[in-house]
Amino acid sequence: MTTPTGATTDGNTSRPGSTSDLADNATTDAPGDPGFRGLSPGQLMWRRFLRDRTGVVSACVVLLFVAVAVFAPLIAMLYGKNPEAHYGQEDVSLLTDSGLPTGPNGGMSGDFWFGLEPGLGRDVMMLLIYGIRTSLIIAVATSLLTTVIGVALGIAAGYLGGKTDYFIGRVIDVLMSFPSQIFLIATMPVVTSLLVNSDEKNPDWLPFVSVTLVLSLLGWMGLARILRGVSLSLREREFIEAAKVTGASPARIIFKEILPNLWTPILVQSTLALPAFVTAEAGLSYLGVGVSEPTPDWGRMIADASGFLRTDVTFLLFPGLAMVLFVLAFNLLGDSVRDAFDPKTNR
Amino acid sequence: MLRFLVRRTLGALVILLIVSMITYALFFAIPADPARLYCGKTCTPENLALIRHDMGFDHAWPVQYWNWLSTIFTGGTFNNVHCAAPCFGYSFAKQELVGGILLNRFPTTLSLTIGSAVIFLIVGIGTGMLAAHKQGKATDKIASSVSLLASSMQIYVAGPLALWALCYSTDLLDLPTYVPFTDNPIGWAGGLLVPWIVLSLIWTANYTRMTRSSMVEQLSEDYVRTARAKGMSGTSVFMRYAWRGAMGTIVTVFGIDLGVLLGGAIITETTFSLQGLGELAIHSFRDSDLSLLVGITVVAATLIVFFNIIVDAAYALIDPRIRLA
Repeated sequence: MTTPTGATTDGNTSRPGSTSDLADNATTDAPGDPGFRGLSPGQLMWRRFLRDRTGVVSACVVLLFVAVAVFAPLIAMLYGKNPEAHYGQEDVSLLTDSGLPTGPNGGMSGDFWFGLEPGLGRDVMMLLIYGIRTSLIIAVATSLLTTVIGVALGIAAGYLGGKTDYFIGRVIDVLMSFPSQIFLIATMPVVTSLLVNSDEKNPDWLPFVSVTLVLSLLGWMGLARILRGVSLSLREREFIEAAKVTGASPARIIFKEILPNLWTPILVQSTLALPAFVTAEAGLSYLGVGVSEPTPDWGRMIADASGFLRTDVTFLLFPGLAMVLFVLAFNLLGDSVRDAFDPKTNR
Repeated sequence: MLRFLVRRTLGALVILLIVSMITYALFFAIPADPARLYCGKTCTPENLALIRHDMGFDHAWPVQYWNWLSTIFTGGTFNNVHCAAPCFGYSFAKQELVGGILLNRFPTTLSLTIGSAVIFLIVGIGTGMLAAHKQGKATDKIASSVSLLASSMQIYVAGPLALWALCYSTDLLDLPTYVPFTDNPIGWAGGLLVPWIVLSLIWTANYTRMTRSSMVEQLSEDYVRTARAKGMSGTSVFMRYAWRGAMGTIVTVFGIDLGVLLGGAIITETTFSLQGLGELAIHSFRDSDLSLLVGITVVAATLIVFFNIIVDAAYALIDPRIRLA
């Protein structure tokens, strides 16, 4: 599973005399006979992944969501609506006096494909599409940030050991004992107040940044723990010892010898963490402490829809089902990535 | 064993100290001024200072933290209400002792947790073992797909959907309410049935997946093969060897989950409007009610830490290879 790539290739090329004939034969044979061509671990992984039908399908679903998020303005242009306009208030015939859509099924029609939002009368499809943007931007940013923190602290704890390891270990213990939902809610206003002055009008990027920071604060421990374990065992391996003996600097050992062996757990963990951040972000908005109006957000759509359960369930169905589909596709993708990287694990 | 428990308890106390201190520090980093909230519309600077003094907010936060900490052991008097040790302070928003509020709210959270835990443990482990037993067959595939789908559900999606399907549109079940078990056991179960169903739907899925994968892993171990080779019956191998090996993982995860659930599931309690600890947490946060918020955080953190210790102790009982050092 963990091949010290750098060490072995260096060993082969620098080996003098006796084996060079063999090596030459091997290289001259290779182009003529593609059946024996060696594959890099990355290529092998890619081939295993392509054979996994569930993985490919879920990857397509995930890509579709990403594409919709990226091309949201284009879709809005073709569809002829935007997520801010209050269509129901501009055209009085669309909403009843109590703010509910006049048409059946939440006002679904040729004009408004997914219906109208009760109250403000915005277009549900536009809210949904721009909502993907919100959750994807925050989830991807959080994944990147937690990966960076987790990798840095995990390797530091595992490779340096001693006091560093002890200190990082205790920090993780404390953060893990925090009731995370309460902590997330309590930190939100703190982070927001640290970022801007309370007197000024909040800039548009503010909710994105503060939600990302808060989620990252409590999101890196799992990855750090795993990487600590792996680098702890790597530290004792011969190729690290060899690198140390030849006088490699700690930076070289960490970046060139240890890090390449950690890509598998890093990639697998981040793919599995991303849907968790999507749901956590929506959870914060659902409780009313996440991304606020007018930025479209799935969690807030679900919270708003919960108020209309007695009258019409349509408003809940679109964001709810979109969320389940997205999380399901991402979970399946995560499982397939793990299988492709590490075919020995059985689930 | 005793040494282990003493050492872990001391460690847990240190963690709780840090957690409560961070909660205090965090609260003072929030720009809101809680004293102003209770000062009313005609708020003179003198009034404000007086209220601030009554609430103990006129000190720096380390001093306030120290006061809070010493009150736990010595007790105190707030607004002419005496608070005997162990005293967790007084909520100015609710005009009540924090300890009393927490004791009032805890049964709701406890009932929510117990009911759903019973369901998801029995159904989840049962389905997981069945799937592992019929590995690769249709039963396994159906169980795995259903649990995968259910584990992608969120409380805030499944909860409102269940409310709509079971309560609003069909009147099959009552809207969730909490009736104390001692008052009316049937009303207690009836009132919590919808939240139990939703919570256990999602958690069952996790336990099914986990049980299945650890059973499959155990069944491919050498000692299981040896047991089979010496002629042990399939049922005995399954129950006495593989299940015992798989139990360690399940107990660990269950202990951690129990701590988290008992500390108050904010989203669940908000969805079903149940007055438990989680719902209290979000209200105390909105009211800038520091003493209450710290109280809940400490209780929730205590539960998490406590169950972690229990899990480690239980692990040693299940798996004799593990020594508590």
